Amino acid sequence: MAASPIEQFEVYPLLPIQVGNLDLSFTNSSLWMVITVAVSTVILAFSARGGALVPSRLQSVSEMMYELVANMVRDNVGSGGRKYFPFIFTLFVFVLFANLLGMLPHSFTVTSHLIVTFTLAAVIFVAVTIIGFYRHGFHYFRMFFPHGAPLWTAVILVPVELVSYLSRPVSLSVRLFANMTVGHVLLKVIAGFVITLGVFGIAPFIFLIALNALELFIAALQAYVFAILTCIYLHDALHMH
Amino acid sequence: MEADAARYIGAGLAAIGMIGAGIGVGNVWASYISALARNPAAKDDIGANIWIGFAVTEAIALFALIIGLLALFG
Repeated sequence: MAASPIEQFEVYPLLPIQVGNLDLSFTNSSLWMVITVAVSTVILAFSARGGALVPSRLQSVSEMMYELVANMVRDNVGSGGRKYFPFIFTLFVFVLFANLLGMLPHSFTVTSHLIVTFTLAAVIFVAVTIIGFYRHGFHYFRMFFPHGAPLWTAVILVPVELVSYLSRPVSLSVRLFANMTVGHVLLKVIAGFVITLGVFGIAPFIFLIALNALELFIAALQAYVFAILTCIYLHDALHMH
Repeated sequence: MEADAARYIGAGLAAIGMIGAGIGVGNVWASYISALARNPAAKDDIGANIWIGFAVTEAIALFALIIGLLALFG
């Protein structure tokens, strides 16, 4: 029997650190987070260093990422969104590189753990709520009741809107976590078929190659979706509905 | 009933939730293609938004999957 498909998500300490009752060990998850930050910083800093008018291939990679996020912020956040661009760009690049580095064999996918994605989503949720109350004050509660609806519908609409608002960090984090986990479990299960089927394993092997391409696409797409949903939440906080 | 048997049945039942997501994702792409057939010039405008619709709908299937995994391994 092949190894368990869940085994690849195991977190183990590389450098045990114990502070009181807190386990602050430097784990393989921490290591890959450091690698993610290092790789993305090196690539972006190195490619932007030349600043040539006609970009080289590496420079155009970082320019394309910059333009993608800049357009996203301009189209979805609207006026007043410019000052949040660095945050959204950082978020996009971190999630993108974490997802893509997770596709390397024997690596660890940082975003395949719910606590990592939920922390990101919780920071966004709290920040967006604070921005909303800061900009609109008490009027921000108007979010939970659409303009023009008859007053008696408030009994139904307010709880529905409230639940939908509070479930934002959950759906944002679970979407990224589940996409990454399921993709990697699927790859592992299909890879198990390649071994057990012997000569006929060539069929699942071809399927596995196609699936790898799909996973690379999903990795980029989920980073994009994570950033664009942040933009939409930010738009709600800045301009209400 | 044995606890293990109930666990497998529960995981199977959780997968039913994916029916809705299947219909939903199909709907998203069907609307996209019919919108493009009516107005091919709008491709760039719709192109970015279609992924939001896709991702939000697909999340429902993943929620069902998480429940299934929780029933199996939780």
